[in-house]
Amino acid sequence: MRGTTWKLLGVAVCVAAAGVLIGFYVSALTQENGSPSYSVPVQTSNGHPVVHLTIETVAAVGPKLSPGSPDFVSYLIMEKGQWKRDTVWRVPANATVHVTIYQFDGDSGLRNPYLARPEGIDGNVEMVDGKPLDAIDPADASHTFAVPAYHLIVPLPGVADNAKNQCGYAPCAMSNAHHTITFTFHTGAKGHYRWQCFVPCAAGWLYGFGGPMQTIGYMDGFLNVV
Amino acid sequence: MSSIAVEARPPVWRRLVGFNLLTGILLGIVGWYAGWYLAHAIHAASLDYFADIDFNELSIVLAYIFGVIGFLVGLGFLNYPFARLRGYPPTLREKETGGIGRYFGLCTDHKVVGIQYLIGIGLFLFVGGLNAMLIRVELLRPNHQVWPAGTYLTLVGIHGTMMMGIMTSGILGPFGNYLIPLLIGARRMAFPRIEALTFWMLMAGGVILETTIFFGGFPTGWTGYAPLNIQANAGMDCYIIFFALVGISMCLLGLNMIATIVTMRAPGLTWTRLPIFVWGVLSTSALMVLSAPVLIATLLMALLDRTAQTNFFIPSQGGSAFLYENLFWFFGHPEVYILALPGFGIVLELLPVFARKPLWGYRLAVAGMMGVSLLSFFVWQHHLFVSGINADVRPFYILSTELISIPTGFTFLCGMMTLWRGRIRYTVPMLFALSWFFNFLIGGLTGVFLSDAPSDVTTHGSFFSMAHFHYTIMGGLVFAFFGGIYYWVPKMTGFQLNERLGKMHFWSMFILFNLTFFPLFIAGLLGQPRRVVTYPQSLQFLNDWVSVCAFLLGTSMLLFLYNFVKSLVFDRIPAPANPWGSKSIEWQLPSPVPVHNFDRIPVFSGDPYGYGERSAPVAVPAGAPAGRD
Amino acid sequence: MSAPPHTPQPGSGWTVHAKRVLVAWIVLSAVATPLVWFLLGPALPPGKGSVQAAGQVFDNTVLVAFVTPIISLLVVFFVYVLTQFRADPSAELVDGPPMRNDSTVQTTWVAVTSVAVLFLAGFGTYELLKDGAGGGQGPAPIAKVSGRNLQVQVIAQQWEFTYRYPSYGGLETSQLVLPADTTVELHVTSLDATHSFWALQLGVKADANPGEDNIAYVQTKGARSFDIHCAELCGLWHGYMYDTGHVVPASQFTAWIKQQQQVFASVAKYMPRYSTIYYPDPQRRGG
Repeated sequence: MRGTTWKLLGVAVCVAAAGVLIGFYVSALTQENGSPSYSVPVQTSNGHPVVHLTIETVAAVGPKLSPGSPDFVSYLIMEKGQWKRDTVWRVPANATVHVTIYQFDGDSGLRNPYLARPEGIDGNVEMVDGKPLDAIDPADASHTFAVPAYHLIVPLPGVADNAKNQCGYAPCAMSNAHHTITFTFHTGAKGHYRWQCFVPCAAGWLYGFGGPMQTIGYMDGFLNVV
Repeated sequence: MSSIAVEARPPVWRRLVGFNLLTGILLGIVGWYAGWYLAHAIHAASLDYFADIDFNELSIVLAYIFGVIGFLVGLGFLNYPFARLRGYPPTLREKETGGIGRYFGLCTDHKVVGIQYLIGIGLFLFVGGLNAMLIRVELLRPNHQVWPAGTYLTLVGIHGTMMMGIMTSGILGPFGNYLIPLLIGARRMAFPRIEALTFWMLMAGGVILETTIFFGGFPTGWTGYAPLNIQANAGMDCYIIFFALVGISMCLLGLNMIATIVTMRAPGLTWTRLPIFVWGVLSTSALMVLSAPVLIATLLMALLDRTAQTNFFIPSQGGSAFLYENLFWFFGHPEVYILALPGFGIVLELLPVFARKPLWGYRLAVAGMMGVSLLSFFVWQHHLFVSGINADVRPFYILSTELISIPTGFTFLCGMMTLWRGRIRYTVPMLFALSWFFNFLIGGLTGVFLSDAPSDVTTHGSFFSMAHFHYTIMGGLVFAFFGGIYYWVPKMTGFQLNERLGKMHFWSMFILFNLTFFPLFIAGLLGQPRRVVTYPQSLQFLNDWVSVCAFLLGTSMLLFLYNFVKSLVFDRIPAPANPWGSKSIEWQLPSPVPVHNFDRIPVFSGDPYGYGERSAPVAVPAGAPAGRD
Repeated sequence: MSAPPHTPQPGSGWTVHAKRVLVAWIVLSAVATPLVWFLLGPALPPGKGSVQAAGQVFDNTVLVAFVTPIISLLVVFFVYVLTQFRADPSAELVDGPPMRNDSTVQTTWVAVTSVAVLFLAGFGTYELLKDGAGGGQGPAPIAKVSGRNLQVQVIAQQWEFTYRYPSYGGLETSQLVLPADTTVELHVTSLDATHSFWALQLGVKADANPGEDNIAYVQTKGARSFDIHCAELCGLWHGYMYDTGHVVPASQFTAWIKQQQQVFASVAKYMPRYSTIYYPDPQRRGG
């Protein structure tokens, strides 16, 4: 009888240890490559939902926003006056989305020059520092904001290499050299749509597409249209 | 358990100090940090020559290499070579007495290693299965992120790599090591230390693969295609180290098996008297020895591409993505037969016992396994039918691939004719052996669609091919693995497994396995590619069905675990020496088998399948005890 | 435990069982094979969206019809054997007849499987060489398809397919639109990792490798839309690399090209000359 008690105890310990390990494993997986979701505040105009996204792109995300990988290139989004590294955005369906992007990074150049042309946005024209452009020089591209399921792509020109007062680690100040890009697009049906960058901007990784380009929370995210 | 008297035991703390698992883990951790700091030290030296090296990668690679070395040193693998260098006489065996402690360290008793393998492989089988469950959680909804998209790929990668890596030794590890010396009338394997080494390398590898989640995972699946694997996060290095360790372990395991079977057969055990399982092991070992080095070389190139920035697989720099694909599948296709062939052996070994008839067509069965083994080296480009390389040799690969059905058909014929007019007993091991025919039939015939290049255009890279290899590997290998467990564990442990729970396990596993994987053929044909995190809305019902069945299949595995623990830890009903009425030699020995197997080397007078022919056992290990070998 | 030696049964036992199995097999095959051919066959993927897809459906139908008798044989055999030859579990162990071999059975089996395999290989080869079956054939295809020909390049990149039409001034688009009743020569290549272009209903699959040109032929039929997937794991967004393509009547195709050319005009001057392969710069160093 005493033997059975000890055995039961041993089995209980093993089951508990397995449970702890599995719990640890699952929670580690949930956090890895993840990004918190940000519900973009919704306004209404004529009964039609309108949202404003204010985004910036930075050459290095910095130890404050990403202690593990401070050198990763990244998108940041303005949430209640704070720049946050959240790349999963909740927006309403059939809404008008006004986007403002502050572009602080230098150029990397597009591998496929075709992607240097804005598409899927109002008028297929993006405003760069107030000037309307229907294409940028592919060699000047620093990043793109693209939602392939919408056939939406907006190339973002990089800050010139010789520009003064370039931004180092994020968050960047408005006094740092940057371009301001604005455009408008419309969300469609509900669903989860990925967005990504098409410029090979992850320096040091093969084809410029590793690391931050393959980790949600830096150059990739979701538009969760609800 | 042991027939050798156990000496007076020192206190517990004293037994924990020395070369054992604990020391191994400690030295492993020490080695890990040593490697890490070594890479950083090279980096800090800032020599121009090393400027191109990726030090993030290098530090992880060196850390793991040194960690593994530390682990093996801690287990005591260097003690013997050093003892020899210092002039001590050679010994063949070590640490074979000492109760339960033998199972937690280097032990050269093949029976201990077999049981270590059984438990170790079983653990990683469950870890791999857990990952499969997590994959199916994600696929409950067409487009919803339970796991972040990158994590999903990591899960797919860990599941595939774990199963394809660890399970290569799934039958040769536990049953091969435990049974081969018994079946051929030997007292040990040819290289007992190497035997132990293969096991501990595999265990180190399994843990290393899991640690990939701390380094960002890896996005490539088990195939690890270049150049994606060179682009991938540091987690990829864990994959490379894992698979390289598996490759080395596999190669050594196969070598050991071949050496043992060729050189250590007892008198009278001619080639035509070998149990058919031994032939299964032999044909598999040939594949292991010949294909694993290719894998190791491929991974070394990938490792150099990642760390030293060489260009073996970078197209614009003189390398080629095709090179990786060809090297990988030159290993990869024999690899899937490494998984399948031991299953052939176990099934054909079990059928005569439970049909009470001799194995029908012994030579044909041997030819079948050897034929599969040989042909599997000539089919690898059927994985590349639509890749654009060598389009004009596709007819050859169609032919060579389909030729494999001929030797596979031998196995079917021998099995079927053995059952014909037999006296079939539906024991749990027999049920697993019989279900193998159903599963492998489906797996084999769907393989016809994949081997046929026109049909492969649609089925390649889809859930169809995924369902196909789950039918052959899970339906073939894992079912045979469980058949082997129910059949031989009473011999290995000396205790019975509960028959009723075993039958419940079998039926739930068999039915749920088919309910899980058959619909995946349809999902593939309807256009669901492999390894996708999203799928069309129209496929949700199929995927939900599969997920639910997969969860129940997982539960069925827990039923096995319950049976295993209940029977072996709690009930402990002693098994009779020969519960199945087998004529094979291992069943003529006491359960569990004594440390030195045979008091006297047996003399064989026939094969173990003499059912209905004569009542005398095949070999009689009798007489006075002999000295140690 | 030793079983008494088996007492031989009358020789008729063998033939009676064999005859029953044989008759049941022939009946089952005779019923199942036509059912499979006529009922399941037309429903088989990938559908008849193109000549190549229809060829695959025929190929699949032949294969399914071919394996039906094999499955029937095994089903009949196992059902018969497992029900007729079971031992009484409560009785003492009795051995079966010590049959060890039968050269007639062996020879027949080996001969039949060999013929079957050779037929399959021959049939597959014929179907493959007829029109390429929609598969990627590398830079020098052996199964060429002539006819009204349109060249379209499929450029895979992480993580989107774009398409170039060299006969329309190197026009590049982000959507795939093809004219109906045309032989399309697809040149599939990649700018980074290995991808695979899969147009399900057209029966096309071709790997996209960096620096490699992989040609696949497809003869379109009537207007329809089709699903495009990436069928080779290519990184983070592999599962999201899908789209819908369209086959449209020739007039509509011309109009679509015109409209695309206007959209394309703004980047036309930046485009490199059309080439069947592009060597992507690895861009590893730096940062």
